[in-house]
Formats: sequence, C-alpha cells, structure tokens
Amino acid sequence: MLYDVAIVGGGVIGCAIARALSRFRLLVILIEKECEVGFGTSKSNSGIIHAGHHAPSGTLKGELEWAGNQMWDALDAELDFGFARNGELMLAMTAEEVPTLEHYYRQGVARGVRGLEIWDGARVRREEPAVSADVVGGLYAPTAGVVNPYEVCFSLAESARRNGVEMLVDSPVAGIGRDGDGAFSLQTRQRQVQARFVVNAAGVFADAVARMAGAGDFCIRARKGEEYLLDKRLKGLVRRTLFPCPTPQSKGILVIPTYDGTLMVGPTAAFVEDKEARTTSAAGSDEIFAAVRRFVPGIGERDCIAEFAGLRAVADGEDFLIGRSAQRGFINCAGIQSPGLTAAPAIAERVVALLREEGLAMTPNPAFESRIDKHVRFAALPLEEQARLAAEDARYSRIGCRCEQVSEREIIDAIHAGARTLDGIKFRTRAGMGRCQGGFCSWRSMQLLSAELGIPMTAITKRGGCSWIVCERDAGEAA
Amino acid sequence: MITAEPRHLEARYDVVVCGAGPAGMAAAVGARERGAGRVLLVDREREAGGILWQCIHHGFGLHHFGEELTGPEYAQRCLQQVIDQSIDVLTDSYVYDIGAERRLKLMSGSQGIRVIDAGAVVLAMGARERTRGAIRIPGERPSGVLTAGLAQKFVNMMGLLPGRRVVILGSGDIGLIMARRLTLEGVEVLGVFEIMPYANGLNRNIVQCLHDYDIPLHLSTTIVDIRGRDRVTGVAVAPVGEGFRPDLGRAWDIACDTVLLSIGLIPENELSRRIDLRLDPVTTGPVVSSTMETSANGVFACGNVVHIHDLVDFVSQEALLAGRAAGDYVTGHRPPADNIRLLPGDNVAYCVPHTLSTDREHVVYMRVRRPMEQCVVRFGDVLERRLRYVFPAEMVNITMKPRFLENFHGDALRVDVLPR
Repeated sequence: MLYDVAIVGGGVIGCAIARALSRFRLLVILIEKECEVGFGTSKSNSGIIHAGHHAPSGTLKGELEWAGNQMWDALDAELDFGFARNGELMLAMTAEEVPTLEHYYRQGVARGVRGLEIWDGARVRREEPAVSADVVGGLYAPTAGVVNPYEVCFSLAESARRNGVEMLVDSPVAGIGRDGDGAFSLQTRQRQVQARFVVNAAGVFADAVARMAGAGDFCIRARKGEEYLLDKRLKGLVRRTLFPCPTPQSKGILVIPTYDGTLMVGPTAAFVEDKEARTTSAAGSDEIFAAVRRFVPGIGERDCIAEFAGLRAVADGEDFLIGRSAQRGFINCAGIQSPGLTAAPAIAERVVALLREEGLAMTPNPAFESRIDKHVRFAALPLEEQARLAAEDARYSRIGCRCEQVSEREIIDAIHAGARTLDGIKFRTRAGMGRCQGGFCSWRSMQLLSAELGIPMTAITKRGGCSWIVCERDAGEAA
Repeated sequence: MITAEPRHLEARYDVVVCGAGPAGMAAAVGARERGAGRVLLVDREREAGGILWQCIHHGFGLHHFGEELTGPEYAQRCLQQVIDQSIDVLTDSYVYDIGAERRLKLMSGSQGIRVIDAGAVVLAMGARERTRGAIRIPGERPSGVLTAGLAQKFVNMMGLLPGRRVVILGSGDIGLIMARRLTLEGVEVLGVFEIMPYANGLNRNIVQCLHDYDIPLHLSTTIVDIRGRDRVTGVAVAPVGEGFRPDLGRAWDIACDTVLLSIGLIPENELSRRIDLRLDPVTTGPVVSSTMETSANGVFACGNVVHIHDLVDFVSQEALLAGRAAGDYVTGHRPPADNIRLLPGDNVAYCVPHTLSTDREHVVYMRVRRPMEQCVVRFGDVLERRLRYVFPAEMVNITMKPRFLENFHGDALRVDVLPR
C-alpha cells in the first residue's frame, strides 16, 4: 500500500500532525519506535502551556508559541484531555531582576499576549501566600495553562486513529530510501512502509532520521531535564506555575501545579551524549530543591513521591527547525524543545501548509469526527452519577488504584483504548501514579492486562521491550 | 475463601471498621464484646485478613494467642472470632470518604456506591511501603525496582518471581523475610544494603533470614545508581560517611536484575486527612487518646495506621482496645477523659497513646531514635524501668498502672530513655 504521508515519531508533535492530517482524505501512517505513543520526550514534559511571552521575537518559537497557546481551548473542547489556564508568575528575587520582568512584559504586549501584569512583592504573596518573603516582584501572565502531556498525546492519537490514521508502534525506522517512482520507502522492524510524503517528527533522533533520507545534515542534541513529583498533600500550596527569571539557556527551575493539582518541581537542563538517558541524579535533586526553596520555602525533599527525566531535542541556534528539505516531499519538524508542547497545534498547522506547498492535494474528510469517546474519571463524578454507573457495571465501583482512586473499569477502558503496558495504564488512568507508586495496584493492573489481552503475567512489561515485571518460578534452570 | 459478606447491607451501623487486616478484625471483635449491636468490617480486597495472607512464614501469635503461628493461621483465627461475633464483613469494597456525622461513602464491587451512617468509626487502614521516589535513588528507571511487600505478593500469592538476581535495599523486616523466601525459591540474593549503621529489622529476622543463609548485610552502605534501560541490569553501591553522604570513590558494581526496597512503612492516612484529624508529625498517624480515640468524636484508630508496629500481636492488642472503646462509645459508656499528656523527651521518637488517664492501666508503645545499651526509660519522676538495650527497630512497651500516678499532680509527663 502506498500511503500519502508517513509521520516518523509519535510524540505530541507527530500525534498533532497525524490528527491535523486526518481532517483530509489522505492515507496517513504514524510510525513510533516505542510501544506506545508519547513514551519518549512527551511523557516527561512539564505539561505547561506557556503564556506566549517567553520565546524571543523574530524566532519560529516566538511566532508559534503564542499562536499555539490560543489553540488549546478549542483543542480541549474537542478532545477533553483536560486543560486549565492556571496562569504563571515569573518571580524577581532581587531589584536587579525587575528589568527582566519588564522586558518580558514588553515582549508579550508587542506580540498581543493578553492580561500581563507586573506585581510587587506584596501582591505576589497575597495571590500566592507560599512564595518567599524575599520575592520583590512578579510578572503575572493569565494565559499560561497546564495539561497532562501524555494525555494530550493519547487523545490526539486516538482522534487520529478514529479518523483513519494507521498507527505502527514498537517500530524504529532503520532506513529510508526512495523507490523508482519517487515514493519514500521506510524500513521498520515489522514491515516496509511506502509513502509519497514523510514528516520527520522523531524528536531527539530527528537528525538521524533526516540523514537516512538525505534530507538534512543538521544536528540535534539532547538536553536532559530531571523532574520531581511531590505528594498530593501539597496540592493547592501553589496555584500558578512559578518561574524564576530565565537565563539564555533555560527557563530555570519551576514549581508546576500539574493539571491534577499535584506539584512538580524541575527541570534541570544539561546536555547529555546518550539520547536514551533517562537517569535522575543526586546532583539534579539537590539543584532543584535548593532552587525551589529559594522562592517557595515550604517545599522540600521529604514530599517527593517520584522522579523522572526527559530529553529536550535541541537544534543548533536553539530555534525550532521546521521546513522542507533537500528531498522533495520530506518535511523536517525538528528541534522542538520548549515551548514545543504549547506550539504543537500551531506546528501541526504549519506542517499541513508545508505539505500542501510541497504538492500534497488535500480535500476535506467528510467523515472527520472532531471528538473522541469521553473517558470516565469515576472519582471526579458526583455521587448520583457514580451510583448510576456502578449499577450499570460493578467494575466502576471496584477500586483499582486507591491512591488516585481509579476504578477497575477505568483501567479496562484504558486497555481497550490502547494501553499495552503498566506505564500505558498509568499515564492513561493515573493508576500507579500516586504515593504508593503501584505498590498496591500494579499486580491488579497486571491481572487486568493479562485477562483483557489474553497474555500471561510474564509477558507484561512496564513500557515494552525487555521491561518485564515477573518471571516464572521454574524457569531458573532453563534460563 | 472466608468472607461473611452481608446479603443485605444496612444503612446504619453502630460501628464501621475501615480495613479488615489484623487491626480491623480485632477492633470489630472488641466493639461487639462491648455491646455494639451491628458492626461492619470493610476491606478493599476480595478476602478479609489483610497482609497476613502473604506472610506465609511463622513467628506470629506468641503474645496474642500464646503459640507460634504462620500469617494465614493468625488471620484464620482472627476471622473465626469475627464470624463467631456475627460481624458483617464486606470485602471488595473501599471506604473513600467520611463526611460529617460519620457518614461513610463506599465503593463496592458487589454493592455499588453506598452511603452508610456509623455510630462510631474505627480506622484500621494499615500502612504502605516507602518507594524509590521517597528516597530519590539516582539512576535509570527500568522495571525490576519494587517494594519487598509487592515481591512477597508475587511470590506467595501469585506463584511468580520478581527476578533472578536480587539486591535488597534496606533491612526492614519484609526485606529480610523476602531474602530468605527468595533464596528458598532458588533466586540469588546478593546482599542487603542498609544506610544506617544498624539493622532496621528485628534481630531474630537478621539471624534467621540472613545469617542462616549466608546472605551478607552491608551496614552504612546504600545504592547510589540503578542501571538498565528496560530492566535492571545492575546497581552501584557505596559506603556512606558523615551525614549519610555516599563515598563514591569506594563504590562498587553489582550485576542484578532486581532491586527490592525495604525502606520503611508509612501509615495510610488518606481518610484521616479527609476528616482533618490531628496527626502526629513523627508517626504521621492520628494523635490518639488512651482509648485510641482520634481528635474527631467517635472516630478511633489502631494498628499501623496509627504507628508502625513490628509485631502483629501488639496490633491486635491495641486494636482490641480501640474496638472496645468504640463499642463503649456507641453504648454510652464513656470512661473518664484523659488528664495527662505524654511528652517524648531524650531518645524517644514518639509515644502512643499520646495521652493517659490516671484511673486506668495503660500500655504505652514507644520507639527510640537511636540504639542504646544498659539504659532506663523514665516517665517523669513516677516510673523508671531498666532496659538491657533499645533499638529503633524494636518497639518498647511499658505498662503504666494507676498507682504509679497516685502522687503525680501535673498534666504532662516527659518520657526519656537515658543511659544508666
């Protein structure tokens, strides 16, 4: 089969592009190397929808950050992954930093970012009482928001799939060539994929993918960020995302109230050679908690329940690298680091336009359905609604994960929506994400995976590959 | 499977006990003994008994039943008492909220969503294990890093192994028990690593689970790196110096596929927080009176939800007390209120209960902060007991009799553990 478009990479960018293309009558395939979409950089993203005033003017980042920001309400209305404009505060710790606030204020106003206000220290503390008495002022931006980035990926992918996009997971692309008739031929683990157009959204590996096709010799470096998730005991301590005054390299270490309200602190920013490195470190932890204590003294290590690390894809010059390539029909979408998540819907539109310019004819897909089935979050429903659903299906009222109050039915729904691993369940339902970190529920989630998918317990993994959880008792001698 | 699932669930119970582990079962029995008419015991698992089912080793019951039992035998005896007392047992059900006037919301796999009013509530939700995130072990995030209790569930309840070459971090009792259990299953247990200069489990477990199987125990040593993309492939361990800082220059590597964590238990106080109970920052459990009543009227607590016990026998005894007090509460027999506060002093991390009454005998449970030999525990000027040694891992219990307090006229008693 000849596809119209093959998208390489199922992170938030690849998924957003897949969904944007599914509005048209096209044969589209999305190829992802991990066992589920969103399992690379997107999964460990901070989840911030930036206000629109951060990225410098005159860059693609600056243009697409604000354009993307304005698209999230509509996207959430359609896909219902959960989006809240909780606002952000950039904090000045000294009088010397106040001009930085003013710079970003002017940059935002010039771009049309609405609602920006500079607050003095007293106002900052009135609005966010947990902030340190040392803070002298802040730039408030009400347009900033938060999402759960993995849920965005899953929703976009689900919508794309529903509208006809084919998903090929667990399939690293090993080579890209061109057939006699000019179509691209992508070699994956399972099969050869032929496509007229290719979009390279391969994140930290976008340079390697471009090189395979002779479509660019740019370099993508990986900048690692560690993040630490705090116990929900601290829910509500901080309402807006708190930033220090940024440096040229990084937005600094933040306090992020996630969409669920739980606080997260981080990230660090350090280049790493290894593009699979997901290590956290004692130094990273020390750096983050020391930085955070400066502006929110009530946060400390003892409330940490989980830590993780992700890799930002950094192109030379730090800007997004989106455009046509030396190979006609091959679009690069690389170097998508912060504010990449914010910009994702705008990036997808940009890529659709580029494909059209490249000669891809697009006629609207009359069957396009903008919505996906609503996933029930049982614990959040009013009592009457809970009782009604429980009467309909007792699995709604059987607890699966108690820390996050996830019902067995929600876990089963997640499996039917594509979860194949413990992480897949965790990131779709929150089961295993709470303070016991799966100590109580992982065996139960494994039993459900085993029953629903008809696979033995020993075949269940944390996130694909060799990440097995348990092994047989008598296999010792055989192994 | 032994359950006593009620065919008909009442809208109102005299006493509702949240959690049917050893604490909940004893509390329910205690409530019935004191005349509570309808008692409901709720548990989220399919079967009452709690964590005891997976504790297939022996060593339970010497204090409470006067003979040595396995975990399942101990659970069975408790359950028999529950059944003999005509207590309603609702398994596969979960109390997810307690509202004003002790109105409980239940999610039940068999009964749907139910609202139940309780004359008194006993909290007996037990504890959860500390995880990797709590101590922020550096390194990769592969599968194969799990708590010792989850491994115990896999091995003893599901007939599966957590891995083949295991390193254990922390010398808590569950980790020690699992070191032996996995060895018996043919799994290689490469060592137990404890950051403290002393073991965190009971001495008998060190001897019977490690020494008897030649499993090395490395004190003042911790894991400094976890390796492996998908599955654990190894760890680096290092001795710690001042302030528990690892000495990376002396680190060494161990190839393994599994890391078991036995780094402590945390009382499960989600429900307690929902009703804003006063909590002790040291135990992280509710502050309780001598009748195990919390800061909310008619809400009692017992077992690991209050403080972490090292023997189930003491859980049962404490829970019986809490259950009896709940029974008294609903039958209108309230004992005189407490009139003495206990203040943890030198080398005392906490005392439970937090207050005492001068008219009755009490058992005071306490833990020390650091090991000490040839010492005394002193309650102000009223009571002094000699102890041969104390360890943070071993709970100290002292019986306080009314006559000790006859000539005491203060309202606060300081408790110290001091060298002799």
